[in-house]
Amino acid sequence: MFDENNIVRPNYKLFLERLEKMSHKKLKGLQHSTDRAQLSLGMTFNVYSDNQGVERILHLDIIPRIIGNTEWTQLEKGLQQRIKALNLFIQDIYNDQKVLKDKIIPKEMIFSSISYLKELEGFKPPKDIWCHITGSDLIKGGDGQYYVLEDNLRCPSGVSYMLENREILKRTFPEIFEKLDVKPVYNYTHILRDTLEYLSEAEKPTIVVLTPGIYNSAYFEHSYLAQQMGAELVEGRDLIVKDDIVYMITTSGLQRVDIIYRRVDDDFIDPLVFNENSLLGTPGLFRSYLKGNVVLVNAPGTGVVDDKAVYAYIPRIIKYYLGEDMILPNVKTYICDEEQDRKYVIENIHDLVVKQTDASGGYGMLIGPKSTKKEQQEFIAKIKHNPRNYIAQPMINLSRVPTLTDDTIEGRHVDLRPYALYADSIKIIPGALTRGALKKGSIVVNSSQGGGSKDTWVLNS
Amino acid sequence: MLGRVANTIYWMNRYLERAENYARFMDVNFNLSLDLPPNEEEQWKPLVVITGDWELYDSLYPKVEKSKVIYFLTFDENNPNSIYNCIINARENARAVRTEITKEVWEQINALFYLVKEGLEKKRHTDKNLRSFFKEIKNGCQLLYGMYDATISRNEGWNFGKLGQVIERADKTSRVLDAKYHMLLGSPKQIGSSLDLIQWAALLKSVSAYDMYRKKYGKLTHSNIAEFLILDREFPRSILACLISAEQSLITLSGSPVGFSNAAQKQLGALKSQLEYTDINDIIKSGMHEYLDDIQIKLNKISSAIYNAFFSIENHINN
Repeated sequence: MFDENNIVRPNYKLFLERLEKMSHKKLKGLQHSTDRAQLSLGMTFNVYSDNQGVERILHLDIIPRIIGNTEWTQLEKGLQQRIKALNLFIQDIYNDQKVLKDKIIPKEMIFSSISYLKELEGFKPPKDIWCHITGSDLIKGGDGQYYVLEDNLRCPSGVSYMLENREILKRTFPEIFEKLDVKPVYNYTHILRDTLEYLSEAEKPTIVVLTPGIYNSAYFEHSYLAQQMGAELVEGRDLIVKDDIVYMITTSGLQRVDIIYRRVDDDFIDPLVFNENSLLGTPGLFRSYLKGNVVLVNAPGTGVVDDKAVYAYIPRIIKYYLGEDMILPNVKTYICDEEQDRKYVIENIHDLVVKQTDASGGYGMLIGPKSTKKEQQEFIAKIKHNPRNYIAQPMINLSRVPTLTDDTIEGRHVDLRPYALYADSIKIIPGALTRGALKKGSIVVNSSQGGGSKDTWVLNS
Repeated sequence: MLGRVANTIYWMNRYLERAENYARFMDVNFNLSLDLPPNEEEQWKPLVVITGDWELYDSLYPKVEKSKVIYFLTFDENNPNSIYNCIINARENARAVRTEITKEVWEQINALFYLVKEGLEKKRHTDKNLRSFFKEIKNGCQLLYGMYDATISRNEGWNFGKLGQVIERADKTSRVLDAKYHMLLGSPKQIGSSLDLIQWAALLKSVSAYDMYRKKYGKLTHSNIAEFLILDREFPRSILACLISAEQSLITLSGSPVGFSNAAQKQLGALKSQLEYTDINDIIKSGMHEYLDDIQIKLNKISSAIYNAFFSIENHINN
């Protein structure tokens, strides 16, 4: 809200003028209604470590994050460039493997990734699109520069919060929306449906959203998206594969399914091919997919890009496929599998953030400056034992945005997750889920780790 | 529509109807108890008998006490039919079929959930004026029925929901009548005494039938009351009216208006005809309890037949 000289940033000017007219008590009252609104909408999730039935809301801070148009346009270009290159990369590693032959990235790095699916070699998905839906995690450094932290090409979640947060804030600050030219986000589910339909030759394709079920922490979102798109919400047990064609079991018999927006991880979609103990998937689904009888969105196998060691190569990947310099930079990444980097990481572990290459959601990481000697030693042992599994990054001085607290408004660390949909072009929805740490000084923003969210306003001017 | 989803909608509506009935039973009984000589067992045991939960109550509590009965039927998590559990289950089901219901309906079910959840936290079963809590539940459910009918298309899902609702309703009406009819006729008190009248009126009120009954028959007599609750074609909570409504939904779902295309339609049609060609005096002569018991057994069989015809997976895999 303020720059380093304590001058109000222009994006926030009008908002701040309004805010100053409100007492803290009034703001707290608005915050309380927001919590109630989330409960009554049923925007709740179960946390994995909690007992079943313990429902929480993702705290929504009523003070929005506001991004100006120029800043946004740059971000948009950067994301489009990145997604285009990554899609070409995925198609390449499962087909010609030119990028490996040209030694841009070591082939062991790819083949050793647990998300690399050998079963897909030689396969091309409809329209050659793999990552239809992306929700990359970005951070803004103290230097004002955005960095991509994670690309999230598998099943990025949170978009329902972007949409519902906006609905709630429109109710909270209608008079400000009247004055400020905020770009709308409401058409996301319409574009999503178009993105899915684009992939099928069927005249009126049957679209389903595949969910692990009501106990999944993102179930609210699965049902929300299905309902908003007018798609059927199914679980693995509602589907059956006969002669390599996927059907859903209806009250009047079997009905063919053309497109599956699956919110079940690769590992669990088909017990015949992947995790044989999976009860979430449907036997025979993968074979049907390979035969081109059903479309899976996102395509399986995209997780290889989310491997944090592969991430380190993305600048080179963009250059290789597009001949361009990357617009949105990576965070500097040390690859523990490379000897020199490993040595550096072990010596400087107290200054670095160490991450497991196949983990997400804030799990399996060490925040050097906030860790004990004992924890550091444990991570060093882990790195030595399995260097391929770890990378490290410097601590980024995250930008902070104003957040309502019990007695005042204070800066809290946030990240930014915009959503991109890839059909005939790559569209970035002008909004995002901004996740923020609730505790003062904390930098972990994941919802599964007690973070909150903010509505993100992108201004037209 | 997915078989699993259809089954879930069917049960969601049964649970809601059950919760609403329980709330009404409690409300009426509480009010009745204020007019009766203080005897907790005599006043509150019939309620647990009506709901069919007596065996469970008896195994959990040493004796019949007003406060225990109220807790047992309202919040007890050990009682699968308590209002609390019915609403929790209805909401879980609603969550699982979120794409079949509207925003209005979902938010109202969710509001009911918070009503009982906060009710338990605030121990509202110990309220001095219990009626307001039960009234909130009842109103909440009826608001929901209104939203359901005003916002949801008359599609498959709606018909499965209707089916669940009216089958549950028929079952509850038959249970109330069964328990009370027996007890009231068997009582040594003078028929027509003021206590007797209060009791018969309470029976009608527990199925929201008092006003419509008075309009049609005026005077309270046991055979007219039985006739109204079993055989009336116009009163929406009578057993026959519920069966007529269920049959309409089944016809729509099965797509065969003449004859029958599955066992559910066949059994339901048979039960409906049985009631259409019965006289209340025949029922009284042959034994009210036996007659109502037979209806309850047949309703259970119809519910199983619906499951087999529409919801079960085996059915489709073998086709």
